[in-house]
Amino acid sequence: MPTVIMPKMGDAMEEGTLLRWLKEVGDEVNVGDPLAEIETDKVSLEIEAADAGVLTKTYVEEGATVPIGAPIAAIGEEDAEVAAEAPSPAPEPAAAPAAPATAMPSAVPAPAISPTNGRGAARPASAPVPVPAAAATTASGERLRASPLVKRLAAEHGIDLSTIAGTGPGGRIVRDDIAALLTGAPSAAPAPAAPSPAPAAPTPAPAPAAAPAAVVSAPSGRPPGVAREFSTIRRTTGRRMAESKAAAPHFYVTVEVDMAQAAALREQINAQAPDEAKVSFNDLIVKATALALRDFPNLNASIENDQLVEHPNIDINVAVAIEDGLIAPFIPDADEKGLGTIARMTKDLIGRARKGGLTPNEYQGGTFTISNLGMFDVEEFIAIINPPQAAILAVGSIKDVPVVANGEIVPGKRMNITLSADHRITDGAEVARFLQVIKRYLENPLTIAFG
Amino acid sequence: MTVMTYREALRSAMTEEMERDESVVVMGEDIGVYGGTHLVTDGMLERFGPKRVIDTPIAEGGFTGAAIGMAMMGMRPIVEMMTWNFSFQAVDQIIQNAAKLRYFSGGQVSVPLVIRGPNGGGVQLSAQHTHSLEGFYGHFPGLKVVSPVTPHDVKGMMLTAIRDPNPVIFLEAGALYGTKGEVPEGEELVPFGEARIAREGTDVTLIGYGRQVNMLLRVADKLEREAESISAEVVDLRSIRPFDERTIVESVRKTNRAVVVQEQWRWYSVASEVAAILQEQAFDDLDAPVERVSGAEVPAPYARNLEIEAFPSEQQIVDAVHRVLYRKG
Amino acid sequence: MSTTKGQSRSRKASSQDDGPVAERSRTAREAAAASNNGAETMPLDTEKILELYKKMNVIRLFEDAAQRGFRTGKVGGYLHLYSGQEAVATGLLEYFQDTDKVITAYRDHAHALLLGSHPTEVMAEIYGKGTGLVKGKGGSMHLFDVENGLWGGYGIVGGHIPLGVGMAYALRYQGTDGIVQLYFGDGAIHNGAFHEAANLAGLWGRDGMNPTLFILENNNYGMGTSVERATAMTDLSAKFDSYGIEHEDVDGMDLFAVLDVAKRAVQRVRETGKPYAIEAMTYRIAPHGAADFLERYRTKEEIAEWRKRDPIGLVEARLLESGVSDETLDGIKADAKAIVDEAVRFAEESPDPPLDELYTDVYADTVDTE
Repeated sequence: MPTVIMPKMGDAMEEGTLLRWLKEVGDEVNVGDPLAEIETDKVSLEIEAADAGVLTKTYVEEGATVPIGAPIAAIGEEDAEVAAEAPSPAPEPAAAPAAPATAMPSAVPAPAISPTNGRGAARPASAPVPVPAAAATTASGERLRASPLVKRLAAEHGIDLSTIAGTGPGGRIVRDDIAALLTGAPSAAPAPAAPSPAPAAPTPAPAPAAAPAAVVSAPSGRPPGVAREFSTIRRTTGRRMAESKAAAPHFYVTVEVDMAQAAALREQINAQAPDEAKVSFNDLIVKATALALRDFPNLNASIENDQLVEHPNIDINVAVAIEDGLIAPFIPDADEKGLGTIARMTKDLIGRARKGGLTPNEYQGGTFTISNLGMFDVEEFIAIINPPQAAILAVGSIKDVPVVANGEIVPGKRMNITLSADHRITDGAEVARFLQVIKRYLENPLTIAFG
Repeated sequence: MTVMTYREALRSAMTEEMERDESVVVMGEDIGVYGGTHLVTDGMLERFGPKRVIDTPIAEGGFTGAAIGMAMMGMRPIVEMMTWNFSFQAVDQIIQNAAKLRYFSGGQVSVPLVIRGPNGGGVQLSAQHTHSLEGFYGHFPGLKVVSPVTPHDVKGMMLTAIRDPNPVIFLEAGALYGTKGEVPEGEELVPFGEARIAREGTDVTLIGYGRQVNMLLRVADKLEREAESISAEVVDLRSIRPFDERTIVESVRKTNRAVVVQEQWRWYSVASEVAAILQEQAFDDLDAPVERVSGAEVPAPYARNLEIEAFPSEQQIVDAVHRVLYRKG
Repeated sequence: MSTTKGQSRSRKASSQDDGPVAERSRTAREAAAASNNGAETMPLDTEKILELYKKMNVIRLFEDAAQRGFRTGKVGGYLHLYSGQEAVATGLLEYFQDTDKVITAYRDHAHALLLGSHPTEVMAEIYGKGTGLVKGKGGSMHLFDVENGLWGGYGIVGGHIPLGVGMAYALRYQGTDGIVQLYFGDGAIHNGAFHEAANLAGLWGRDGMNPTLFILENNNYGMGTSVERATAMTDLSAKFDSYGIEHEDVDGMDLFAVLDVAKRAVQRVRETGKPYAIEAMTYRIAPHGAADFLERYRTKEEIAEWRKRDPIGLVEARLLESGVSDETLDGIKADAKAIVDEAVRFAEESPDPPLDELYTDVYADTVDTE
């Protein structure tokens, strides 16, 4: 008795849905008669009878989806009884299931030259060297960074890498860092990758092998701390600041600025400006600093490959605190921009920085950074240079203070600004002159507004 | 040993094989009467006649396909691509037929075919005439792909290519046809799948092939003269497929660092494959990530300064070496 | 004009009252008439005709069985059937000799069967079995039987044409008297590979270095696109004029017409070493591929019209006319069915290819592990 199956109607068809029976059980069927309407992933169509006779049985209900090859009906001799037997099981899938990936043929030829027709090239039989678990984290619980070679050598020589400070990127321990231990020579600080710092600054020598023991557990009786991975931005910030402090000998100079005139001007501007162009003190400072930098090209500069590169443009980065880190987008050509433009751009950059909407070309770069904690009522602070720049300006709050003017005590507004500078590039006297220029601009703010 | 140019070495290999084996013929655009655009086949028409040195119309798909048909019948055609840039016209034939015929014929047919011609840029031919196709052709199982750089290797590998029973993509360093070197007399075959240590060193392995090898040798000399002398080993891959994994892995086991240099684009390239192989097989010997120095991700420009900028420079390689050695400047 | 063609044809674009079907049928008949040859003058004896009749039946039943295999999910990939075109290959390959080579596209089952490949191995290949003609590595589209003269089975429209031309060069270069029967469809003639290859064939043929017999199997559809919708120059064989290749047309539904043209053409190519082309006007009764079930591009009426000139039916009529009994024909059909049934049984029972076959036959040397 011929069985009607769910036919394969396309190259990729695996199953079909029986939409509608076009014949009922007991109906006479001729070759070519439409039997049922089926639906594939591509289309719905009628299937035709390949045999003549009587539809004796349907195995599939309307709406059901069955694999190709599954019996859906039986066609019998005329007068045949309606079939009572169960449908024969669906034929086995045409192809055996794919072999598991591990069952690669053993006939793959020699490993020395990769068999260009094999995907599973055999690997040279070097015994894998287990890395001790102890080496997987640093003393501070951070994931240990070491080159694969170092990890292997450490395992072979029994070196505890958690006590080694790496000099590679991100603190990666590289072969040079453990070279002394391998040769048995007295352990010494590995040669720092950075050029020798100027004598005025302390040498940030990487901790040698005798670093303090790791404190992973809390003092007795107190609950242990909870280890937490650093966020990417935190890690990046940390790495860059560490690099800066290590490479650049910082020194710091602070001056006090009378902000009374600036405050008055700001009030005047903002009285007329639309909200998005309202000027902040920081905008005034950005502009004043940018103008001042025109006269101090070596502070608008970077150290690249041991050379001082003075930048033709003055792009001021503004440090923005964001969740779990710090980011410093910049105002390009800030010395040439009006206060309103600077105000608009800064608001926009800060807004997007906090939402994570900055593009890399908005924060990768910049020639001089300003960090302002004035809004937190911080009187003054010192900042770490944003590498590879030459200096950074830290801005404190504006305080209402009594000042003596013409022998009388009058209300005044004062602000401290502190420049951290790289002693390889400049020195105290020059920085003092630079700060004087900024101070002069801020104390005569019309020169900013029209500068 | 005789000193001959890269061009002469190629011609000498083809001529010797044609004299040895009558099934070898050469065909391509302007290779006969004209003598070859790069004069590689100069004089061969006079020597072997037009049935063996076949000038074709400018129809790469047609004559490459015909050469495949000849090879299926047991001939050993050598097809000259005037430059590999034109091979895109023949890619259907090379990939859909030559590379796969043996497989989809269940081993009944083989295609002993050599397709040769200049590969790579460097002479201001701009976008459509500048490609380095090692990675592209190296991708396809069924093809063999080689890229020799010395006259010695170009002769020895051409001899091997002609005798190979498979389709061979023979990528010549077009900019080096005139360079001279020592070439052994007679049949000295250079096998496929064997890289060459072009220079020994201990601190870093520089890996390349084709004309980049010469640059790597210059860089290696320069690094040695630096204040803190760096000893660079230079590996000339020579053969892209089959690929000699052992030589690069052994070299990196010794030096612990590798810089791979190629003129082609970086994405999905030979250098990427080399980096992956080293990562898989020499992971515990690496002291730094494998660096890749590649062509700029742009169609090749025309202007000289732009073209120079688009290809790997000695300085880029030096910088990469410094990075893998954690040195600055 | 360097053609032996008796007349030039023009095909009108299809219109409602005079569609391409009628036009084509007439053209085919005219072509047959123009060849001035038919069964009347065929020097074949009845026994030979019965033999060819059996071959055509095997092909038809074989294709039906392959189609059933596809519908039941036992045959994967693409499947292209020769049903309706049997007279073309059957007639032409009657004049195949041992030194000849045959190369064709993916509608290749009939060529294998006619050249002597065992139907069991052909069906096993279509089923993807290790006992298949190419060990289950090529499938329906890549049948090779080099021993018997079949050099493939190619899946890219037009892509094999340059190969055939190169093979023909080699046959002369190697000093044999072989020729290449190079089959391709009307869809392929619009492909650049055809034009580049035909140009080379004409060029090399001037020196007697290209015994290629081009056989353009014009079934009027490149997949679902009719000739009229694919080119403004619908006289397809005239395209050979561009390359200095002489050509003629034949009614590809009429075995006897094909036999007549084939005999002359094969001899001519063999003797001259120059290419020659035959455009066989034929029709694919089956869909383009097994997955082509909608057939939106043609009507059931058109198919029915062509079925009236079914090449097997035409031979059958001729045989009955000449006094062969129904019983004899039924007996032949039963034999053909037995051959195909055995092929299906063999294919179904054959083992899958061993997994290590995956890596063999990629290269001809070192890395093979056979």
